[in-house]
Amino acid sequence: MVPLSYYLVLSGILFACGVTGFLIKRNIITIFMSIELMLNGVNLSFVAFAAQWHALSGQVFVFFVMVVAAAESAVGLAIIIAVYRTRETLNVDRVNLLKL
Amino acid sequence: MLHLIVFSVFGLVCVAGAVNLLAQRHPINSALSLVVVMGSLAVEYLLLGAEFVAAVQVIVYAGAIMVLFVFVIMLLNAGEEDRTKGSRVAMLFGIPGMLIGSVLVAWVLLEHSGTGNVAVGALPGPPKVIGWLLFHDFLLPFEVTSVLVLIAIMGAVVLASHPGPTQQDKREG
Repeated sequence: MVPLSYYLVLSGILFACGVTGFLIKRNIITIFMSIELMLNGVNLSFVAFAAQWHALSGQVFVFFVMVVAAAESAVGLAIIIAVYRTRETLNVDRVNLLKL
Repeated sequence: MLHLIVFSVFGLVCVAGAVNLLAQRHPINSALSLVVVMGSLAVEYLLLGAEFVAAVQVIVYAGAIMVLFVFVIMLLNAGEEDRTKGSRVAMLFGIPGMLIGSVLVAWVLLEHSGTGNVAVGALPGPPKVIGWLLFHDFLLPFEVTSVLVLIAIMGAVVLASHPGPTQQDKREG
């Protein structure tokens, strides 16, 4: 038997790591990976609460989160490729104008 | 007892992977540590009894999405990131802030949450039941998701395939 709060603490630590990566990283791809890390942390808390209350809807929600994450990463990586084509850099500090 | 040991081992692997993602400077190393995080999270899902979510986690996240990331890193020939003044300021304030925040959240969860224990395989959810839920209670969100995925595919193709005019082209033309 493991207390549910341990799972929630693990999910919170993962989310905090994701937020920290979002703040301190300067490579746009790594920032994107930090977002995926945050989504994973949230997924873990969904499944943990689903196990606590024997509610399967939590798992269905995780499924939807994964689908949205897949769509988001496909579009986001396409945007990264487009940004690299026009700016020829991946550093977010050098991508500071909306127009070219 | 065994449950707690397996949970702790894979939880530690998970946190170590997440911290390694932050510590590494080359994006390919970050991507590989993210694969470690996702793999150990799949084991945590299995411990909770969510075998469908664990399988989808390995196939979709650790498989498809991470392959996409590695493809883009290889395609753009991404090198080591250079630390700038902004990132040093973010490190100075961000890391202590997030440490304080996560310790606070962990303390509240461990001391005052009042949640119970979870047994091994506590979720009674074979994939058949999840499929039934998906096509009865969640039919409308499921259909909306299919439209979303279609739009995402078209958006990715449009964004990635059409080479916009670069700054050099504009100067020449």
